[in-house]
Amino acid sequence: MLQFMLLFSRQGKLRLQKWYVAHSDKVKKKITRELITTILSRKPKMCSFLEWKDCTIVYKRYASLYFCCAIEQNDNELLTLEVIHRYVELLDKYFGSVCELDIIFNFEKAYFILDELLVGGEIQETSKKNVLKAIAAQDVLQEDEAADGALRDIGLL
Amino acid sequence: MAPVRGDGMRGLAVFISDIRNCKSKEAEIKRINKELANIRSKFKGDKTLDGYQKKKYVCKLLFIFLLGHDIDFGHMEAVNLLSSNKYSEKQIGYLFISVLVNTNSDLIKLIIQSIKNDLQSRNPIHVNLALQCIANIGSQDMAEAFSNEIPKLLVSGDTMDVVKQSAALCLLRLFRTCPDIIPGGEWTSRIIHLLNDQHMGVVTAATSLIDALVKKNPEEYKGCVSLAVSRLSRIVTASYTDLQDYTYYFVPAPWLSVKLLRLLQNYNPPTEDPGVRGRLNECLETILNKAQEPPKSKKVQHSNAKNAVLFEAINLIIHNDSEPSLLVRACNQLGQFLSNRETNLRYLALESMCHLATSEFSHEAVKKHQEVVILSMKMEKDVSVRQQAVDLLYAMCDRSNAEEIVQEMLNYLETADYSIREEMVLKVAILAEKYATDYTWYVDVILNLIRIAGDYVSEEVWYRVIQIVINREEVQGYAAKTVFEALQAPACHENMVKVGGYILGEFGNLIAGDSRSAPMVQFKLLHSKYHLCSSMTRALLLSTYIKFINLFPEIRGTIQDVFRQHSNLRSADAELQQRASEYLQLSIVASTDVLATVLEEMPSFPERESSILAVLKKKKPGRVPENAEIRETKSPVPNSHNNAHSNAQTNHTSSANNANASSDLLGLSTPPASQSGTLIDVLGDIYSTANGNSNVVNNSKKFVFKNNGVLFENDLLQIGVKSEFRQNLGRLGLYYGNKTQTALQNFVPTLQWSAEDALKLNVQIKAVEPTLEAGAQIQQLLTAECIDHYLGAPSIVISFRVSGGAPQKITVNLPLTINKFFEPTEMNAESFFARWRNLGGEQQRAQRVFKAQQPLDLPGARNKLTGFGMQLLDSIDPNPDNMVCAGIIHTQAHKVGCLLRLEPNKQAQMFRLTIRSSLEAVTQEICDLLVDQF
Repeated sequence: MLQFMLLFSRQGKLRLQKWYVAHSDKVKKKITRELITTILSRKPKMCSFLEWKDCTIVYKRYASLYFCCAIEQNDNELLTLEVIHRYVELLDKYFGSVCELDIIFNFEKAYFILDELLVGGEIQETSKKNVLKAIAAQDVLQEDEAADGALRDIGLL
Repeated sequence: MAPVRGDGMRGLAVFISDIRNCKSKEAEIKRINKELANIRSKFKGDKTLDGYQKKKYVCKLLFIFLLGHDIDFGHMEAVNLLSSNKYSEKQIGYLFISVLVNTNSDLIKLIIQSIKNDLQSRNPIHVNLALQCIANIGSQDMAEAFSNEIPKLLVSGDTMDVVKQSAALCLLRLFRTCPDIIPGGEWTSRIIHLLNDQHMGVVTAATSLIDALVKKNPEEYKGCVSLAVSRLSRIVTASYTDLQDYTYYFVPAPWLSVKLLRLLQNYNPPTEDPGVRGRLNECLETILNKAQEPPKSKKVQHSNAKNAVLFEAINLIIHNDSEPSLLVRACNQLGQFLSNRETNLRYLALESMCHLATSEFSHEAVKKHQEVVILSMKMEKDVSVRQQAVDLLYAMCDRSNAEEIVQEMLNYLETADYSIREEMVLKVAILAEKYATDYTWYVDVILNLIRIAGDYVSEEVWYRVIQIVINREEVQGYAAKTVFEALQAPACHENMVKVGGYILGEFGNLIAGDSRSAPMVQFKLLHSKYHLCSSMTRALLLSTYIKFINLFPEIRGTIQDVFRQHSNLRSADAELQQRASEYLQLSIVASTDVLATVLEEMPSFPERESSILAVLKKKKPGRVPENAEIRETKSPVPNSHNNAHSNAQTNHTSSANNANASSDLLGLSTPPASQSGTLIDVLGDIYSTANGNSNVVNNSKKFVFKNNGVLFENDLLQIGVKSEFRQNLGRLGLYYGNKTQTALQNFVPTLQWSAEDALKLNVQIKAVEPTLEAGAQIQQLLTAECIDHYLGAPSIVISFRVSGGAPQKITVNLPLTINKFFEPTEMNAESFFARWRNLGGEQQRAQRVFKAQQPLDLPGARNKLTGFGMQLLDSIDPNPDNMVCAGIIHTQAHKVGCLLRLEPNKQAQMFRLTIRSSLEAVTQEICDLLVDQF
């Protein structure tokens, strides 16, 4: 089970955090700070896994963003790398060549996509098509509402 | 940046741009505060706020939170959004709650009500939103509220697949919070049969749930094994086109495969049914075969997914530990990975091989890769990979390769990373002991360890070498000779002096025949190190010297001179002084016979498991790779001459408080078998409780009840204190008075209070002049801030030098116990007893009965309680002799109410003390502070 997922920039700015285990805000901040420092100080060719406290950290860098997951000792490290990759693919497909700015300005979307991929720290849906379908359905609902609103504003509904 | 679908929020985008355009941190904070003020006023004043605006502001708050700022409002507005009939507003409400609401929020009831409504929705998107929220928060309340609905959603035929997926994982989350939530009976088989579902997504989610259920109740869910094997079999034999979108980079359903393989690791053996077993083995073979096929893609995703399944299959093979051919094939496969280009694969292969090394079937196969693993330890660029290589070497070590592996580890230790040295030392020590056929080799290895990495050699390691030498007669002479040689190095580690001192004290006679190591030479060699060592080592050396007097009467005079030198004031340390003078007396008054009996050779240590292993396990709980035969470890063998006499040192040091000398030579986890045999360790306790001298006045304990007075006094120095406390703050003035006729040099008081404790009680101390003139007094100011409740009190260590004399060190506890932050509280009988009853829980009360000081002094006790800081409440207890008090401890984090009752028993001359408070730690601490004080 995933304990948490963090996205942060090369400058050490946290861009997204998702916690699947309960911690106080203070602890979350401490963990985040420690991990960002640890990971940023590692060299490119190093192993993507590291033992940390009683869990294993799996991380990978995509352009300017680091994606970092904490998993339990028995979880599969390589497949966690691919959970990250699948998430990146989904973001990429949704935003169209995703970049860090997309995630900053549309952080809520990034959360919604993640919630379709992982629930309670476990993978819910591995099919890219199905996740994108679910997100598209959400967007349709929103657009309909927005259109209704606009029509109502000009007195057509 | 692409335009985003859905409905954008312009105000939010503008705000985010503003923040990004801020040139400085200050500007950013200013902008944020402005926005917070704006949102706050909107939420407070503007009743006409529509859903869109609420959504926008809640979203802004969320963004501000994600930037790392605290958000303390807006929760109610977010909860309002949940009941909006617009999906976009509802969704933002749920997001805010998932990120910002903690499980014990007051709002949880409202949230639960909204979730209930959404679960009833006909729109699966709404239902999923509600399920995801439950999974995100997963509180006890939620588990109770939804224990009926969610299992129904999961197995009902009407539920859509997407909802089933969420329901499965939602139930898993609630099960983790509250294991009783899962219904049993017919539900079991319905849940298990989700493994047969048409929809791969449903199966994947359900497998996670079933894995957790199996862990709790393997017998009930046993039926899942054959279903899981069939499912796995269908996947591994599928071509990558069969599974369509569940194929990931040409690998069919890697997530589901891994989950199924994990699920099967819950049973051992996975099944009794030979048919199912055969099919499982076929699956595992197919996976191993596929590993040999050329890759279908050059992408790393393909290789990762494929190898993820392979590693999980190997985990299952290792777990079953029954198919030799599979185990050996797995080992060969991993061996190939050891020289793979990918660091990740090398890392995982080393880790996985550790487990293979412990199986009798594959142990030999693992050993074939020894050379590559040694190279990994030396050459890998990443320390975490080197660490894995060390672990594997440890795991693959046995009698046949021990000498080589230990030698390689020793060689590597000279340049090893600091972060892994300590652990390597432990590992080398364990291996050397376990596989020693010749104990001279063992002694060499340990002395090499001390030489190469002395700083990392923990006490357990050198205790152990002494135990072994004492128990094995054949190695004693060799050990004495070797330590003697090692001590001749110009700079040798203090740990070497300890081992050397001890061994020569016991067995120096065995090498005394050689004129190069004659008694006097041995003594001079040891004594040349004396002045460079810490007090603890010096004390050990003094014991060695008295043993020398017994072993070598001819050098008695020289040694007595040394004792004489250290028995007077020139020896700064009270323990050393005492030791020296008592040993001196012993050597003067005791007859040779008595001396020989008192200083007889140490008796053999009882056999027990190496305490080093316990240390290693403690260092890395759950991560210590087993060494193949580690369970056999039961050395050393006791030798023939078992003398039952108790030993000189145990008798002698009884003057020191060694009642709790439990961290003995013999092991960490087990209590000492007898009091004999605790030689070295008793010193440890002496040095943690300094000041046993007769002319010393140390009043720290009295200061629990008072704030001003003389805290400490001896012939050289007087320390007075004045202090005042308000709420959670305190101010102390310490007054150091020089009582001598000369100046005290290098006068440095330093605070002793661990960094961890300092988070709870922050103490600031001002520096003082390093010279304290004759007869002068200086003042030092301290401030203290109580942040959270804490135990004990900081102490201050004052080091200085009387001109021309030895350095002095005095440790004094500061009057900064938690009770200083009490505020006395008045209350009447009614509210006192109401509170008293409220605090009746097991963790909230503490009670102790103790003997009163003679004579029983009730007015004195009342004074003390007032001085303790609590309000003494009269006419509350029906018995006028009983004393009851109330007070509140102020810390920055919280206030802790505390009640006390002290009941004297005049006949028995006893007191009964009861403390009740809302915090267990505080209750205990207050009780400990007061017990035995009246």
